[in-house]
Amino acid sequence: MYRYDEFDHRLVSERNAQFRRQVERRLNGELNEDQFKPLRLMNGLYLQLHAYMLRVNVPYGTLSSEQLRKLAHIARTYDRDFGQFTTRQNIQFNWVKLEDTPDILEALAEAEMTAIQSSGNCVRNITADQYAGRARDELVDPRVYSELLRQYSLLHPEFSYLPRKFKIALTGSPHDRAAVALHDIGLRMHLNEAGEPGFEVLVGGGQGRTPVIGKTIREWLEPENLLSYVEAILRVYNMQGRRDNIHKARIKIIVNQLGIDRYRELVDDEWERIRDSRLKVSPEELDRVSAHFAPPPYTDLLPDASAELERLRAEEPAFDRWCATNVEEHKVPGYSIVNLSLKRLGRPPGDLDADSMDAVAELADRYSFGEVRVTHRQNLVLTDVEQRELFELWRALDVLGLASSNIGQLTDIISCPGLDYCSLANARSIPVAEDISRHFVDVDKLALVGDLTLNISGCMNACGHHHVGNIGILGVDKRGEEFFQLTLGGASDEGASLGDRLGRALAQAEVPAAIEAIVETYLSLRMDGERFLDTYRRVGIEPFKQAVYGEPASRAAA
Amino acid sequence: MIVANRLTDGRVVFLAEDDRWVESIQNGLVIESDALQVELLEHAERAVETGIVVDPYLIDVVIEDGRRRPLQLRESIRAFGPTVSDPTVR
Amino acid sequence: MKTLIRNGAPSDETFVSIGAEDELPAGMDVIVTLDRWRADRDRLTQREGLVGVRLQSDEPPELIAEDLEHLAVVALEFPAFRDGRAYSYARLLREQYGYAGEIRAVGDVLLEQLHFMVRVGFDAFELSSSDPKRDFEIAQADFSVWYQPGVDERDTAIELRHR
Repeated sequence: MYRYDEFDHRLVSERNAQFRRQVERRLNGELNEDQFKPLRLMNGLYLQLHAYMLRVNVPYGTLSSEQLRKLAHIARTYDRDFGQFTTRQNIQFNWVKLEDTPDILEALAEAEMTAIQSSGNCVRNITADQYAGRARDELVDPRVYSELLRQYSLLHPEFSYLPRKFKIALTGSPHDRAAVALHDIGLRMHLNEAGEPGFEVLVGGGQGRTPVIGKTIREWLEPENLLSYVEAILRVYNMQGRRDNIHKARIKIIVNQLGIDRYRELVDDEWERIRDSRLKVSPEELDRVSAHFAPPPYTDLLPDASAELERLRAEEPAFDRWCATNVEEHKVPGYSIVNLSLKRLGRPPGDLDADSMDAVAELADRYSFGEVRVTHRQNLVLTDVEQRELFELWRALDVLGLASSNIGQLTDIISCPGLDYCSLANARSIPVAEDISRHFVDVDKLALVGDLTLNISGCMNACGHHHVGNIGILGVDKRGEEFFQLTLGGASDEGASLGDRLGRALAQAEVPAAIEAIVETYLSLRMDGERFLDTYRRVGIEPFKQAVYGEPASRAAA
Repeated sequence: MIVANRLTDGRVVFLAEDDRWVESIQNGLVIESDALQVELLEHAERAVETGIVVDPYLIDVVIEDGRRRPLQLRESIRAFGPTVSDPTVR
Repeated sequence: MKTLIRNGAPSDETFVSIGAEDELPAGMDVIVTLDRWRADRDRLTQREGLVGVRLQSDEPPELIAEDLEHLAVVALEFPAFRDGRAYSYARLLREQYGYAGEIRAVGDVLLEQLHFMVRVGFDAFELSSSDPKRDFEIAQADFSVWYQPGVDERDTAIELRHR
């Protein structure tokens, strides 16, 4: 993991001192709310329905056990004993006090964490594949470049007042777990014929009220040119992006308006001028940052810890299910990547209480070299677990209620905080997630249904990624009542697609039965080995419409 | 009634008698006349200027069995807290 | 009341802002709008007194790229502090067009932004402040380290690491 040096520490402490003065000026009346709001937002501090909310960055989803303990400390000391992990791999504290935030930021800095730019019209937290550096299918580890981008984008003198927020994601695997096509800039790492790494650069993807799949602006970018090329994209956007309408201010709008070819020309013109500037990534800095991501001291294990593992799986069906859904292949033989599901009955998706944070930190130290990852699907990952310790870990997780075997399944629901917390929301999301989870408790049924992503947003801003859920649910307000609009066929991986609207919005009570009807339709139509998404793409939306709204589908779909 | 967030901690508060701000909707002031609404909103704006609250506005409430309940869901959630299982109760 | 800060210190305003229809005051230094510059370019360059151009936030510096040798000041307007286009304009003026004259930040300029502005090439600021010199110094002292190269040529953290 990356560790701060003296410069990183100094920058964050200077920033925190600045914010402390700003809070003091707000509390003593020198700044009014209009003046203070942009300052607090640049430090991730929102005013929500019930209290201030602080969003803390987890850079590219990577946490040390020490950092997780610090988050537990903050939850316990300054909040109501819990936090919520978000789709930007961050964590939100929902009940903080303005007067405490300078102290919270100082506590975070002790563990090398910040809330800088977790909001505002600037480059937000850099996200990446949660299995970066560990996945068996990975070609290049994107964390080094994620860290270079984190530093590059932090308090950028030119790009802190962009037209709108700006999100960057990276993946180094063919299977995209970071939703890079739904980002303002998406970076896919490949190897060329000489085995050297490089980036395919996508631009202009995004969700919100105008969802767009990103387009390739450059097929191949050498790593040394990463920062200059990103700077060229940002500079063109800063000057050309629309500022007349907040809903049209994201880069996707200007890319669509100019066309990707014209946007590419503008970027290339600018890049030509700056590619050999001080932005070039030096080999020394690349080496320095890379050293932070050296592999942990793995034990030489037999690739085959499997005989014992197979025996335990055969004896214990619950463990077997967990291995099938929550355990992923590691690039080092004898090790596994383990997902901890934060989708548990009775708890909002992504929520974790302080004691559980401490317990997970403890397990990370014992089983995974002290490293934890946050996923954009609001779960946690232990990156390096010896296969011979899987059973022991599973039992420990089960005691903590963190062994739900539902990763990638219907109940692994993404949900924004919705109207229960968020001042932008039109409808509640968490109760809908809870209703669906209660409806689908049969683990065998869930296993039969298999891979299916279900994402819920409480408003058009799409923080719950509803456009790219295989099943998407969008909360809307109709004359003061909550309704829920379903979409089908979205996906956020390498085959990214936007969901299609199923029909009229449903009342909350109708949602679980509608999901059931959709699932049953899939099961009745699927061919061998087809995932829900495959079947949907093959048969189209009609059978699902009929199943949910009855016949004739066209009349019901008003 | 008039609802706002308290500046120091962001908590939801209601305007009560004597320009006080209280945390319980049951202790806030129910405003019946239009003239009084205007006057009390001015009081609330002064509390904004003096740094006591942020973003005050009027909400509609109904009174049932002597207890106040906001008409709108959003305001009801603000008054009574999230509708999801309270994480503080374990 | 706005105070002009130049080279880190309060400075007397020596330029007169000229509107679209205003007479040009004889012998005085003036700052004109882009339209006026275009309409009166010859008169403005031949008269006594320095001339500057004030660009709105939708007027990029390429519109005056050919004229920069005649301009003592380019004033870049922030219609609202959120409108960050002028950060890029200042940088392009310095780096792409090699402009060495005064780049002045005018309009909605917040103290919190001064540090950024200096790093992209602004060297003059119109500030609303009761103590502009003190505020400017505080704003400059907020940070002593940064990751990005600026036009001020100061070393980045990355460069300092490998000294």
